[in-house]
Amino acid sequence: MEKNTRIWFKRGMRDGVPIFLGYFAVSFTLGIAAKNAGLTALQAMLASLTVNASAGEFAAFTLMAAGASYIELAVMMLVVNARYLLMSCALSQKLPAKTSLLHRLLIGFDLTDEIFGVSIAVPGKLNPFYTYGVVVIAAPGWAIGTYIGVLMGNILPANVVSALSVGLFGMFLAIIIPPARENKVLAGIIGASMLLSFAASYLPVFKSWSSGMVIIFLTVLIAGAAALLFPVKEADDDAK
Amino acid sequence: MQNNVWIYIGIMALVTYLIRVLPLTLIRKEIKNKTIRSFLYYVPYVTLTVMTFPAILQATASPWSGLAALVVGTVLAWKKKGLFPVAVCACLTVFIMELFL
Repeated sequence: MEKNTRIWFKRGMRDGVPIFLGYFAVSFTLGIAAKNAGLTALQAMLASLTVNASAGEFAAFTLMAAGASYIELAVMMLVVNARYLLMSCALSQKLPAKTSLLHRLLIGFDLTDEIFGVSIAVPGKLNPFYTYGVVVIAAPGWAIGTYIGVLMGNILPANVVSALSVGLFGMFLAIIIPPARENKVLAGIIGASMLLSFAASYLPVFKSWSSGMVIIFLTVLIAGAAALLFPVKEADDDAK
Repeated sequence: MQNNVWIYIGIMALVTYLIRVLPLTLIRKEIKNKTIRSFLYYVPYVTLTVMTFPAILQATASPWSGLAALVVGTVLAWKKKGLFPVAVCACLTVFIMELFL
């Protein structure tokens, strides 16, 4: 058992390396967003270390910059990170039933899209130490990248900062576009989301709303309508 | 910023952790309700899309470089390049475009 645990931990560390590299670059641009919102490097690093969610942190920094209320922020985190509910459900089926509460609490801490992805792809049941191996490599990349992003935002020339600002958007595209290739409904929903989001940025009705509330409203509206009109077949569910 | 940053960070961390850990610890059975499953399936795609567009046009020095990054990023993502290459190429697109704008 001891030996088995060590093997899984090492395998996790190996799979954590590419995630570390991706996290480092992406969180660097997140640091710039944090700096724009008025956070210090330490605050931004702490946020990355404790939250571990690209879209969630980005949305939160946007709301902070706008001086949103605590309730608004909590609702935003709930909506933006709602997908982790499903991942957490899926992963609970992957763990051996006898897995202790402590292991479940620890695995949940850094359940990101990428770490969920590699953990769920392990053959057979998941040994928690595999996930820990991934996390010890990947999580520091996320936190350190954010820290350096805040600091370098001051030093870097304006055109480099402008270029790095789209890094996160690029990552979001890499998450949403590939599944849309195989799923026409999803492609249509992404197209509709772009159109409605674009329209909302011009509609006078939304002028008095914070950008966070517009995102929440559009998400609940579009995802809700899509769920009713195009219920997902069980097989599609695994595609995440 | 009018509110306390540390409290903001605490709320972010707490809400996100609860979302991640509650199903893992409490719900041992799968969610059966098809509508809720479907809604949760679509949420990340809608949220990420709405956050990306049209914000990407306002993030850069010129909306045209933002648009170019959107197009390049979409094409590369369509070709299933990973997170890292897509993010880097989107950045490079903006950098190169803005040398000429």
